[in-house]
Amino acid sequence: MKTLTEKTDTVNKYVTLFHEHQEEIMDAEPAFLSEMRREAITNFERLGFPKKKAENYKYVHLEPFFNGSLETRFAPRKLEFDIQEMFRCDIPTLDTHVLLVLNGFYYTTTGEQLVEQENGVIFGSLNEATARHPELVSQHLGKYADYRNDPFVALNTACAQDGVFLYVPEKQTLDKPLQIIHLLLSDENEMVQHRNLFIAEKHSKAEVIICDHTLSNHLFLTNSVSEIAVAENASLDVVRMQNEHNQAVQITNTWIEQHRDSTARHSTITLHGGKVRNNLQVKLKGENAHCDANGLFLIDKAQHVDNFTVIEHQQPHCTSNQHYKGVLDDAATGAFSGKIHVFPDAQKTEAYQTNNNVLLTRDAKMHTKPQLEIYADDVKCSHGATVGQIDENALFYLQTRGIPREEARLMLMYAFADEVISGIREEALRDRIANLVSRRLRGELSRCDNCAINCYD
Amino acid sequence: MLNIKGLRVSVEGKEILKGINLEVKPGEVHAIMGPNGSGKSTLASALAGNESFEITEGEVTYMGKDLLDLSPENRAREGIFLGFQYPVEIPGVSMVNFLRTAINEHKKYKNEEPLSAGEFLKLMREKKSLVEIDSDLTSRSVNEGFSGGEKKKNEIFQMALLNPTLSILDETDSGLDIDALRIVANGVNKLRTKDNATVVITHYQRLLDYIIPDYVHVLYRGKIVKSGDKSLALQLEEKGYDWLKQEAGIEV
Repeated sequence: MKTLTEKTDTVNKYVTLFHEHQEEIMDAEPAFLSEMRREAITNFERLGFPKKKAENYKYVHLEPFFNGSLETRFAPRKLEFDIQEMFRCDIPTLDTHVLLVLNGFYYTTTGEQLVEQENGVIFGSLNEATARHPELVSQHLGKYADYRNDPFVALNTACAQDGVFLYVPEKQTLDKPLQIIHLLLSDENEMVQHRNLFIAEKHSKAEVIICDHTLSNHLFLTNSVSEIAVAENASLDVVRMQNEHNQAVQITNTWIEQHRDSTARHSTITLHGGKVRNNLQVKLKGENAHCDANGLFLIDKAQHVDNFTVIEHQQPHCTSNQHYKGVLDDAATGAFSGKIHVFPDAQKTEAYQTNNNVLLTRDAKMHTKPQLEIYADDVKCSHGATVGQIDENALFYLQTRGIPREEARLMLMYAFADEVISGIREEALRDRIANLVSRRLRGELSRCDNCAINCYD
Repeated sequence: MLNIKGLRVSVEGKEILKGINLEVKPGEVHAIMGPNGSGKSTLASALAGNESFEITEGEVTYMGKDLLDLSPENRAREGIFLGFQYPVEIPGVSMVNFLRTAINEHKKYKNEEPLSAGEFLKLMREKKSLVEIDSDLTSRSVNEGFSGGEKKKNEIFQMALLNPTLSILDETDSGLDIDALRIVANGVNKLRTKDNATVVITHYQRLLDYIIPDYVHVLYRGKIVKSGDKSLALQLEEKGYDWLKQEAGIEV
């Protein structure tokens, strides 16, 4: 059978890069990791990038972005910058553990690479965690993200050097949300591949906020992987806010594995970005697990956001809700592809999916593709997709009450977005996101809201 | 206050209003009646500024200003209120946010300070009792899931909050049971002053038992074919529209 991928110069470029830097990549790391990397690069070489017509990548062809002249680093570079001065995350009422990842490497001003709390909670640099707790990391790293069949995961697995590690032991609760800020800052075009690993053990509970930002006006290509394991009766919330500039290309690969009675909630809010591809793969591997996967994007100009989800119901009595929404202005394009896969044994599954989009111009385009694969017979599944415009009757109604047309339009767009925002449970974060979205809709939010440089418009 | 001269309005190329003349003075209540499809709602929508209604001829002045020159929001801020026959449901926009934005846009237009949260809540409480609107409704999205009666009450509630000079109520009575009708009519009556005016568009004489009009106009096939006082409404109730059609010399 002819596969939809083939080996190209671009693939060779990365395979060669890996082999040339092998020593640096695998320097001082446990054997299991090096072994995994070798396997991953072989897989990547075999898989190649998805071809232009590949079904799962129909609306965004990513390979050309890997072809540009991009620096790739396997060790952190010393950057002279004052984090306090350049970047302030103004979520004032939100008390979080703030962790910075700069160009794919854990960044700390205190020198503390890994925080180990008394109750056994660990968070900090993945690289450091691998060195200090190789057994723990080896039990989980590469176990959830499929580096055998997914080329982006394979490439990341081969190359990623650092990222954030979170471990919440049995029956423990993370005292306050972890806030991971991925910063891109460079004086040259750069490719970044970081990796996050979050583990919530049985009966534990944690919240994670991820913020993706660009801080300089360079081409950035990010291929990141987050592996998330949610054990029996554990609960994990992840909210990701993407706010990168129009020249940035971002591929996120999030793999969640859930066990019985567990709950995972994942929200992706995309405020800005050049080309964004979010892959979310959820495996419900134990009975009575529940997953919420929500997304909202607000895009304009020539931006493209592609949300791709696969929810696997492998066991009975699991529930999943997906709600993705998009507002597209100018010539922006978007895609949503959501697959619900119900395994033969997964009776009493409840899986729902909704995708609603608003096009503000004639040039904006949205592709939406629900996919249901159901192999069990006693299930409740539904999907629905809409692509529409702002309701003229509602606009007129608001105008007759004295509300200017433009303001009325904003109110309606905000109302549209609110359904996803209101699903975020942490109140301070929800308010903050509501505020950002409202400013984004008003055009008041530039690419990097918290950045003092404002280098790119 | 409102002066309509020779107003002709088309919708998608079809002429609906064929030369309307009407004058409304402060303190007056006008009722516009007429059979289905005569153009009553078109008149209301055109006055409020709905762009799908094309004004082909005529002029409308309101408080000395050319009304047709104003955007819908500015008509509203100049004091015109349209009570919708079918109020629009707007999921995701809360009543509170909607009302507060509307009131403060009016304030801004008049160069007044916006209402504080406290002042706004006080105003809401005051006006709520006027139309006996359920407290619960104001915590929901605009008109979403409201019953027919609740939607109409909500229109009068908004009218009370915005305190218009000229209210045009388009079939506010349709779909109301007798209790709701009384509440709505009471609301309208309580809001009457010598300085404001009301145009009530209705099918039925019933509403006019509660809101006593100074003038009754009959709209038929895009024209006002007869005007009179409230007794005209009673005549219509008794005899229907046919005698008027004959009197107007129009083939039935």
